[in-house]
Amino acid sequence: MPLRDDDGPIEDRWTRVSLGEALVEFSILEFSGVDERGEEIETRKPSALGFHVANDVDVHTVVPWFERVALISVDFPSFADGRGFSLGRKFRAMGFRGRLRATGPVIADQYAYLRACGFDEVEPPERVSNRQPEAHWKAAAKAITAGYQRGYPGPSNILEARRAARDIRR
Amino acid sequence: MYRYDEFDAAFVRERSAQFRDQVQRRLTGALTEEEFRPLRLMNGLYLQLHAYMLRLAIPYGAMRGEQMRHLAMIAERYDRGYGHFTTRQNIQFNWPKLKDVPDILDHLADVEMHAIQSSGNCIRNTTSDPYAGAAPDEIEDPRITGEMIRQWSSLHPEFMFLGRKFKIAVSATEEDRAAIKVHDIGIQIVRNEAGEAGYKVLVGGGLGRTPMIGKVLREFLPKADLLPYLEATLRVYNLFGRRDNKYKARIKILVHKLGIEEYAARVEEEFASLDKSPELDADEYRRIAAYFALPAFKAAAEESVLLERMQREDAGFAAWVKRNVHPHRQPGYAIATISLKPIGGAPGDATAEQMRLMAAVAEAHSLDELRVTHEQNIVLPHVRKDELYLVWSKLKSQGLDAPNKGMVTDIIACPGLDYCNLATARSIPVAQNIAETFADPAMQEKIGPLSIKISGCINACGHHHIGHIGILGLDKAGVESYQITLGGESTETAAIGERVGPGFSYGEVTGAIETLIETYLDQRETGETFLQTYRRVGLTAFKETLYAAA
Ligand code: SF4
Repeated sequence: MPLRDDDGPIEDRWTRVSLGEALVEFSILEFSGVDERGEEIETRKPSALGFHVANDVDVHTVVPWFERVALISVDFPSFADGRGFSLGRKFRAMGFRGRLRATGPVIADQYAYLRACGFDEVEPPERVSNRQPEAHWKAAAKAITAGYQRGYPGPSNILEARRAARDIRR
Repeated sequence: MYRYDEFDAAFVRERSAQFRDQVQRRLTGALTEEEFRPLRLMNGLYLQLHAYMLRLAIPYGAMRGEQMRHLAMIAERYDRGYGHFTTRQNIQFNWPKLKDVPDILDHLADVEMHAIQSSGNCIRNTTSDPYAGAAPDEIEDPRITGEMIRQWSSLHPEFMFLGRKFKIAVSATEEDRAAIKVHDIGIQIVRNEAGEAGYKVLVGGGLGRTPMIGKVLREFLPKADLLPYLEATLRVYNLFGRRDNKYKARIKILVHKLGIEEYAARVEEEFASLDKSPELDADEYRRIAAYFALPAFKAAAEESVLLERMQREDAGFAAWVKRNVHPHRQPGYAIATISLKPIGGAPGDATAEQMRLMAAVAEAHSLDELRVTHEQNIVLPHVRKDELYLVWSKLKSQGLDAPNKGMVTDIIACPGLDYCNLATARSIPVAQNIAETFADPAMQEKIGPLSIKISGCINACGHHHIGHIGILGLDKAGVESYQITLGGESTETAAIGERVGPGFSYGEVTGAIETLIETYLDQRETGETFLQTYRRVGLTAFKETLYAAA
């Protein structure tokens, strides 16, 4: 499925595999060139390991893997199911520094929200991305240039800007 | 009142441009109707029975005259010359065209208004006490908190795709005029033992199919912690609320399932992990509070000779003062309610002409302020007592002088079958029939305070669960059937009404209400209101007379 981030379409260097035995309670997404046996996974370089989680995963079961995986893909079963936003936010708050992917039929209008919640990239299915050319994603990402919420990365923050304006006046 | 700074203004302009672009992409097919639907809803645009309906946000129900006048212009230019004030302290227009909506939003932005999050599965427009800033007993102006929440919740990246709609109400008085116990989150401004102002936070109230009264989530929350605490509360809901069944997706269901202790524990755990920077929020609170500084009231005696005299001379005016005027914090001032419930009218409707009159009266006599109430009326919060007679005379010229606030004819009704495609029964005509039955002012005076609320389907937009008498219109094998509940209440003693028995047909329901009211008049002890009598004698007494004939 097509993958994109801030720079536009990007090459997907990950391969989805499906393992009979999952490492943890969620299914493993992929990593290239490994055989499909659980114990070997732990010996892989962290940069080669990633996994896919459902959006009702228990966050605490994932945390121990944060240092060992380079990618977490969060499932968005429908674009209207917003649990993934909070999940991304929690993964970041709990220390995940790798790449975070939103997988599912998310739309261009959600891209800025996903970025603000800690996601780096999106992987919508063809049926969605065919209707939404690159220009739409680029435009949607810039539609709102400043937001009100503190502590969410992304567009500039209005509260900080107000404070800066106050400081200048003082 | 709050005024936009350059950042608010830019934000609303960008949001309007973004919606224009979304409409374009819908028209070209880049967005499917399924994808467009939540995007238009979170900008207040519904597809109704006959046409689109646009609901605008009126944050905490507060407006200036200029804004009301703009609504009149929109009603004339894009609708059929009227607008409908709703139980969400908002206004809706029932006939706009999709292609015009972006232009309407631009017009709104001209007067610091928008339609952001007036619908959809996101944090809705925050509601509050229509007497804010004028009520004698308030701890602090709740609009400051309302504005903090408006900004914080606007396009919140994490909470735009919740399981279901999410409503927050703020009140700052013991007497609750904001119905905080039936909101997803209810916030009451209180003082702790040290005398500091802070928040009591309720969660899990709501109406709809499964009505519930909110439970206490936090007895006292320091003011500067509000936004992170809301973030924690919403995150727990967003992660754990049900998504498989939209009728079980509200936060009240989750709170009920987990129990309030477990819900609170999860919120506190989340809250503890958040980065709080309270100074920034406190700075922002102070900045917003400056806009809500007390207005320049004129010094005046508490009693007005003119007011007293005109009440003696004009019985119509005296009746209006008795019912529609409320005490003010400032000597010599009063809070006046404009009833949008003239006998025979559609509850909450106002014509463009009426809107312009209300705007002019607010500018001349109410320090340029108006409020929309959840009872679908309009409040003039700061009227000098000396000017009340003049205000009333002006309102009368446009039929805005109904002296029935809080009375049997001050009926709340949702749009029902006349406009709403979810409706199972009519509600506006039922309200009209009941109002006509009790039109006689002497009769209304005899009955005293009584709230009747009518919904045209189980979604309960007419808040029937919290009417002293609630009426729910259902469809029984193709025939309208009206179910009656008794004893509901929205204030600090909030309660969900109890079902009295089998439903009534459209033709029977007005008679059933008459029987209930006669029963009350028979049973009441001196000075008792309908609700007090009901609470004393209970459901059975009413049930017996209601079904005796059958
Ligand atoms: S209660 Fe039902 S009929 Fe009335 S407005 Fe709501 S959805 Fe429509």
